[in-house]
Amino acid sequence: MRFLILAHFQLFPTTQHPPPNTHYPTPNTQKIMFKSLRDSLKKTRQSVFGQIVNALGAGEIDEETWEDLEALLIQADMGVETTLFVVERLQNRVRDEGATQTDQLLALLKEELRAILVEPDDFSMEEPREITVVLVVGVNGSGKTTSIGKLANRYKQVGRNVVVVAGDTFRAAAIDQLKVWSERADVPIIAGSPGQDPAAMAYDGIRAARGRGYDLIFVDTAGRLHTKYNLMRELEKIYSVCQRSVHQAPHEVLLVIDAPTGQNALTQAKQFKQSVAVTGVILTKLDGTSKGGMVFSIYRDLGLPVRFVGTGEKLENITPFDPDQFINGLFDASEPARPQQEESLTEQESPPDESTADDQSKKRRWFSRS
Amino acid sequence: MFESLTDRLQATFDTLRRRGKLSDADVDTALREVRLALLEADVNYKVVKGFIKRVKERAIGQEVLKSLSPGQQVVKIVHEELMETLGEPGRLNLGMQSPAVIMMVGLQGAGKTTMSAKLALHLRKKGGRPLLVGADVYRPAAIDQLETLGKQLNIPVYHEGPDGSPPEVCANGVALGKKEGHTVVILDTAGRLNIDAMMMDEIKAIKSQTEPIETLLVADAMTGQEAVRVATDFNEAVDISGLVMTKIDGDARGGASISMREVTGVPIKFLGTGEKLSDLEIFHPDRLASRILGMGDVLTLIEKAQEEMDQEEAAKAGQKLLEGQFTLDDFLSQMQQIKKLGPLGKVMEMIPGFGQAAKGVDMSEAEKDLKRIEAIIQSMTMLERQRPKLIKASRKRRIAAGSGTSVQAVNKLLRDFRDMQKVMGQLRKRGGLKALGGMLGGGNNPFGL
Ligand SMILES: Nc1nc2c(ncn2[C@@H]2O[C@H](COP(=O)(O)OP(=O)(O)O)[C@@H](O)[C@H]2O)c(=O)[nH]1
Ligand SMILES: [Mg+2]
Repeated sequence: MRFLILAHFQLFPTTQHPPPNTHYPTPNTQKIMFKSLRDSLKKTRQSVFGQIVNALGAGEIDEETWEDLEALLIQADMGVETTLFVVERLQNRVRDEGATQTDQLLALLKEELRAILVEPDDFSMEEPREITVVLVVGVNGSGKTTSIGKLANRYKQVGRNVVVVAGDTFRAAAIDQLKVWSERADVPIIAGSPGQDPAAMAYDGIRAARGRGYDLIFVDTAGRLHTKYNLMRELEKIYSVCQRSVHQAPHEVLLVIDAPTGQNALTQAKQFKQSVAVTGVILTKLDGTSKGGMVFSIYRDLGLPVRFVGTGEKLENITPFDPDQFINGLFDASEPARPQQEESLTEQESPPDESTADDQSKKRRWFSRS
Repeated sequence: MFESLTDRLQATFDTLRRRGKLSDADVDTALREVRLALLEADVNYKVVKGFIKRVKERAIGQEVLKSLSPGQQVVKIVHEELMETLGEPGRLNLGMQSPAVIMMVGLQGAGKTTMSAKLALHLRKKGGRPLLVGADVYRPAAIDQLETLGKQLNIPVYHEGPDGSPPEVCANGVALGKKEGHTVVILDTAGRLNIDAMMMDEIKAIKSQTEPIETLLVADAMTGQEAVRVATDFNEAVDISGLVMTKIDGDARGGASISMREVTGVPIKFLGTGEKLSDLEIFHPDRLASRILGMGDVLTLIEKAQEEMDQEEAAKAGQKLLEGQFTLDDFLSQMQQIKKLGPLGKVMEMIPGFGQAAKGVDMSEAEKDLKRIEAIIQSMTMLERQRPKLIKASRKRRIAAGSGTSVQAVNKLLRDFRDMQKVMGQLRKRGGLKALGGMLGGGNNPFGL
């Protein structure tokens, strides 16, 4: 009871807030103040990882090694808890196994990290069956629609009968966006109109797709923050109509998280999993400099496997998750893979893709003029 | 569960103190907690390092250790330092020239298009005549998205379709804006990776052709460690003039804002707080600082309270409470109002200082208590609620029966209520609200629920 009264003081107008801090440096002095930090960051940022790998690469393991290691893991967005967990395990192993050199440590580190990324069960999308429904969920802007476009292409290439359902009836032009992707992937789209009830859309879409004999159905959904009560209830409803639409559907619920996301990724995964029984993660935007280390916590806490990684904005920029490659990426000293357009100019193997070829020429067009 | 930094620090100091007098080294131990809290909040590793150094200097200068509550002192210093790092709420600088050009830049999926529309609406509300320019020719339907938003707001959108060349589209947009008397032109550029040289050259070209007075870097509040690099690279390429943090309506702690602010030195100008086009806020350093420290977001709670509650009534109840005029009826209505804010546990989390108090309290029990108290008060007559002294044995039995509780429960409520009034009386004498904090930190269970 006392609590309620105290709460009252915090909540209502009689509350006195401390006076705001009044001393602020002017923007100008601040710019100067920050300059040295900026410079020091610039130096390190060229190869944060390279330096640490170098540091770990030769010599005795000492206090500093552990500090460097911690810095490495934290900066890969691994999070405090997982970092401490890994460091502690390594310290134990170094002691037990009598390792003294940093290069031994690096090998142990890779092993420990690899152990967290537990090999998942078979993946229902890989084995063709009569019908597979894949629901794609996530926060706003993580890359759901793009990933669906890429996956549709990927599975169409191996002979599956793919269709996409435009379940994002909320965001402006979301349906048009998926339409473009369906054209690029050359798969049909089942779409309604903006503002329509998304659960009804999903249900009708899946039923129609089944009726027409498609065997792999991707259902796009509007982005939503896991903190929005109503939107999460809406998603639960979409999930439950999927269940009713086809036996055992949805067969996969893929949560799309982008690599730049920090520690909130774990909270997102928890909440989405709780609401709609997420079965796996798509980690997008790995073509940037973010390392995506938060997936380690997601594996550890939720046992959710990463199924695919997105590495660009082109149709073919999606690959199955390869844990070893991913871990090597964490220690990659070199600059991240060059952005996709340069790649495509040199890479002969990639199939010609009109839409992106277009983008390329567009980029070149203004480039030559400027 | 939720554990605020204050609680953690206080616990650290308590343990240290049991071993004897606090020393400077103990400050280091405490700062370790601060460091972890900041890292958990996604503040960049290197930024945290510099930050902790500054806090330490201040903490030692202020003789934190001599104070009775070193934990709170340290949090106060950390909070102040955070506020200083976050800086003043930045204002949009639209200059004298018309139209003022605002260029939006950022990574893919940060929320630039939505933010462009929000900003246009915001500026129109302030009397401006905005024009939106769709320069994202890469993402499928990005221009359609902007057009749809423009239509919703009845704000014109200029674009040249998906075949346009972005720097040209932007230059043409600005020229059109000028010709048609727009006061502000907002350029919605495509999302791009900070390491994509060609795409970064594109925004440089847009910038040099349109000379924006504001170049806003739009970033997701959920961004992790790389925020530093992203901000540095964009700043180097186009010399940004402000930061905009989006999706702040989620529950990310938002440490990226500190990182970006620190490495660029430019102010945070706006926050995106929802999917509605009116969900745009001016940034408040104190709120963001509290949030980063996991100290709860009282102001948000207050706002929620303002939305959900009858403010006048609440203010009256508060006043009565201070004056010792608070009745059981006021208590009932207050309780009902708090209930509207959400589950008790959630509400508690949002109130600073309650983390400690809430520990060891079973929230589902507390909820039950709440229901019981409500039932008991509802079984009282109006007169009884105003004057609980009237409630003697036979009335107690009636109330117990009416509320489905026991006479003991009724007694307990009446006793707690009397105690509460006493405490409030003392508080009044001791100088009011400050003492409340003391009660909270007091260690023994301040609940009596
Ligand atoms: N660089 C990069 N960008 C991506 C990737 N996946 C998606 N994007 C971009 O991220 C933005 C948001 O993607 P979108 O699919 O619309 O997100 P949704 O809101 O979750 O459906 C778009 O600009 C996409 O082009 C990726 O793997 N790499
Ligand atoms: Mg989408």
